[in-house]
Amino acid sequence: MPIVMMPALSPTMTEGKLAKWLVKEGDSVASGDVIAEIETDKATMEVEALDEGKVASILVRAGSEGIAVGTAIAEILGEGEESEVGKETTPAPKPAPQESAPKEVAKPAPAPTPKPAPAPETSTRIFASPLARRIAADKGLDLRQIQGSGPHGRIIKADVEGGHTAPVTAPTTTSTDGDSTLIPITATRKVIASRLQESMQTAPHFYINMDIALDALLDARKAVNQGQDDGAKITVNDMLIKCAAAALMRIPEVNTSWEVTGEGEAIRQWHHADIAVAVAAESGLVTPIVWQADQKSLTKISAEMRELIAKAQDGKLKLNEFSGGSFTISNLGMFGVSSFTAVINPPHGAILAIGAGREMAVAKNGALEIATMMTATLSCDHRVIDGAVGAKWMAAFKEIVETPMLAFI
Amino acid sequence: MTEKTHYDLVVIGGGPGGYVAAIRASQLGLKTAVVERENLGGICLNWGCIPTKALLRAAEIYHLAANADQFGISIGKLDFDLEKLIKRSREVAATLSAGISHLMKKNKIAVFMASGKLAGKSGENWRVELDKGDALTARAVILATGARAKHLPNITPDGKQIVTYRDAMTPKTLPKSLLIIGSGAIGMEFASFYHDIGVEVSVVEAAPRILPVEDADISTMAAEAFSARGINLHTDAKLEKLTAEKGKVEAQITEKGKSQNLTAERAILAVGIEANVEGLGLEESGIKLERGHVITDANAQTNIKGIYAIGDMAGAPWLAHKASHEGIIAAEHIAGNHPDGGGAHGMKPQDVPSCTYCRPQIASVGLTEESARAGGRKIRVGKFPFLANGKALAQGESSGMIKTIFDAKTGELLGAHMIGAEVTELIHGYVIARQCEATEAELMASIFPHPTLSEAMHESVLDAFDRGIHF
Repeated sequence: MPIVMMPALSPTMTEGKLAKWLVKEGDSVASGDVIAEIETDKATMEVEALDEGKVASILVRAGSEGIAVGTAIAEILGEGEESEVGKETTPAPKPAPQESAPKEVAKPAPAPTPKPAPAPETSTRIFASPLARRIAADKGLDLRQIQGSGPHGRIIKADVEGGHTAPVTAPTTTSTDGDSTLIPITATRKVIASRLQESMQTAPHFYINMDIALDALLDARKAVNQGQDDGAKITVNDMLIKCAAAALMRIPEVNTSWEVTGEGEAIRQWHHADIAVAVAAESGLVTPIVWQADQKSLTKISAEMRELIAKAQDGKLKLNEFSGGSFTISNLGMFGVSSFTAVINPPHGAILAIGAGREMAVAKNGALEIATMMTATLSCDHRVIDGAVGAKWMAAFKEIVETPMLAFI
Repeated sequence: MTEKTHYDLVVIGGGPGGYVAAIRASQLGLKTAVVERENLGGICLNWGCIPTKALLRAAEIYHLAANADQFGISIGKLDFDLEKLIKRSREVAATLSAGISHLMKKNKIAVFMASGKLAGKSGENWRVELDKGDALTARAVILATGARAKHLPNITPDGKQIVTYRDAMTPKTLPKSLLIIGSGAIGMEFASFYHDIGVEVSVVEAAPRILPVEDADISTMAAEAFSARGINLHTDAKLEKLTAEKGKVEAQITEKGKSQNLTAERAILAVGIEANVEGLGLEESGIKLERGHVITDANAQTNIKGIYAIGDMAGAPWLAHKASHEGIIAAEHIAGNHPDGGGAHGMKPQDVPSCTYCRPQIASVGLTEESARAGGRKIRVGKFPFLANGKALAQGESSGMIKTIFDAKTGELLGAHMIGAEVTELIHGYVIARQCEATEAELMASIFPHPTLSEAMHESVLDAFDRGIHF
C-alpha cells in the first residue's frame, strides 16, 4: 500500500495536525521508520512506514491542521510500484491551504457533536500476538509503548513479560540502581512533559493577579444548594467556571488561541467558552472540558464536572472530552494554596489559577471588615493577549464573582 | 597437503542440519561447502526417519489388510516378502539422498565426500582438513556431525543377534522373538513394526513408563494399546546383563525390584544416542563440551567465535527438524542477517514438536501436564477422545485422544499431546498456534473442517474451558 493515510490516535479521533515531517521527498525508508509526527491537542504520535520504499511525494505540509483521518498524507513507492496519486481512485490529497487573513472559520473543535464515525483501524494497527495482547491487558501495559521483537516488529509474549527485550527509547519497568530509582514515564506524563515544555518555550507568559471577595458567591451557593443532596450540590469551582465563561463572553479577546498554520500565524477567536478544568488523576494532570459553559446552567455544569472528574480519575476520558477547548481553569484552593501561576495549556491563550478562599480583614469605606478573599492569577500568552486586555478580563471576572447574578445575564 | 579453496562457510556433516544450513547460507549469498563422510541426508534420510517410515507404512498396510474383514472386505491368505519390503525402504532413502545432491548443485554448494576436521586458524579464517588430504579455509564453520546409537557398558552389538537401528531396519530374516531395550521413539517404532509383521516383541524400559518423555496420560494410553496388541512391556526394569548365545539372546533384568530373565532370538538396543564429537579437532580448537555435547548459544555458536554446532551433537531433543531449524539460525547469524518474517528465531526446546510413528501414533509439543503444573501454575486441561470423532469412527481408528494444556490466566497454549491415527500430521496445527502465540480464543474461533480428525483438536481446546460440544 504505497499511500500513507492520516492515522487515528484513538477510535474517536476524526482529524489531527501534521506536526512534522521527518523525511523528505526522495528519501528511502525502511519498514518501521518514523516518517512523521501527528498531533491532536493531547498527544503526539509517530507515523511509521509500513513498507520499504522511496518517499515519492509528501501530500500534506508540515503544520497543517484539521487533516481528516484517512486523508492521504504521503506516497511511498516500493521498487517497480507506480504512483497512484492523481488517479481517480485516490482521495484529493492536498487540502486547501489555510487562509492567513482573519476570517470567520467554522469551529473545528470536536464539541459535543454526535459520535464520530469509527476511524479506520489499519492506520493505528498495533502488531501484537493474541497472547501478548492478553498479558498486556492483564498488566495494564500500553502496547503502543512497547517495541516488538517478533517478525516484522510484532509484539510477542517476551516483549510484554519484560523478558529479554529492552524497550528502544525508554524504560518500561521501574529499576533501582544504587542511590536512585528509574521510573518509566506513562503516556500521560509524556504528553504533559512535551506540551507544557512547548508552552513555556513558545508562548511568552505574563501574569495578572487580583484579590476577589467570595462572600456573595458563597452566599449564592448556599442558597442554590439549600435542600440539595450532597451528591447534587454545586461547588465553588462549578460557579467559578460559570463566572469565567461569562467573563470570556464579555472580553472575547481572551477566548483565543495562537495558531501556526501552513500559511503562517493567526489568532483564532472562539465563539463559546469551552472551559478545560485541570484535574489531578492518578496518572497525572488531565483537563476535561465543559463545552459551551457560557450556554449551560450551573446545574448542568456541575453534573458534567462530576462525571468528567470521575472519568478522569478512572482514566476513562474519551479523546473528545479532553482535547480542544478555549480556556483553562486550575484550582489549587483545596490545598490551601494562596496563589500560584499556571502554565498555559496550548493552544489556549490563557489559564486562570485559583487560590484558596480565606477570611481576611479588609478595609472597606474606611472601616475594617471580615471578608472571604481569594487570589486569582491569569497567565496570558502575550502573542494573543496584551496586558490591558488581560487586566480588563480580570476586572470583569472579579465583578462577576462578586456579583454572581451577572453570570446569568 | 594443498590449500584447496576458500569459502565463506564450510559445513561439516551433510545431514538434515548441515545440508539445510548450507542451502540457507547459499540463499544469503555465502560461498558454501559441505563436507560429508558417508551419505548426503545423514542418518535421518538414509538410516533413520525416512526408511523407517517406509517400513512402518508396509506394516500398517499389512495390519489393515489383516483386519479388512471389519470393513466387509475379504482378502484371503496374506503374506509379505521381507526382502522386497526392505528393498522399497532402501529405494525411498536412495531417491531422497539423490534429491539432496541435486539441491546442493542447484544452490551451487560444493560437496566434498570426506571426513573433515578443524585444524586451527590461518589468518582470520578457519582451516578444515579433509581426510583425503585437501584443506579448505572458511570464515565460519558449522559442525553438524550428528550422533550414533548409544551403547551400554559391557554390551557390544554384534550386528546379528544384538543390533542397533541400522541393522534393525535391514533384517535378512525375521526373528521369531525380539527384545527391544529402550522405549523411546526408536524403540517403540521398531516394536510396532516387528510386532505388526508377526514377531513376538518384548520391550524393556528403565523408567516407570514407556515413552518416558511424553505426557503421562499419553504414555499410559500407549502402554494399554501396545499391551492389547500383545507386546510385552517391562517398565521400571533395569537391564543387568545382555548376552548372546547360539540362537538366542538372554537378558537379565530387575523389574520393579524383582530379578528375571528374558530370552529372545534377537535384541535391538535403542537406549539413546551419543554425539559424534570425536576426531573433529574440537579439543584442540578449545570448543567446550558438556556431557558429550557441544555447548552453543542462542545463535548456535560455540564458545569459539565463528564455529557453530547444530543438531544432535549440540544436545537434545535429537530430532531432524530441530537440527534443520538450528542450521537456519546459524546460517542467518553467519550471514549477519537479522531473522525476519521468513527466518528462524531463537529456539526453545519446548517449541520442537516430537512425533513417534508407531501404531497408534504419538505427537506432542510444549509442556506435559506435570511440567506445566510445576511451580504452582494454574492450568486448564482439555481432553477429547477419538471415540467421539466421526472421521475416526469411519476410519476404524477410534482409539486415540487429544489433550491440550492452557495457562488458566493468559490462555497460552502450554502443551498439546496426541495419540491416535495420523496425529503426527495434526500436531503442526498446535505448533503454529504456539508460534503465533494464539490463545484459546483464537483456537476456539477457528473453523475446523468436518469430518476430520482435526475436529478433535478443536474439541480438546473447547473441553479445556468446559465448552466441549461432542463429548
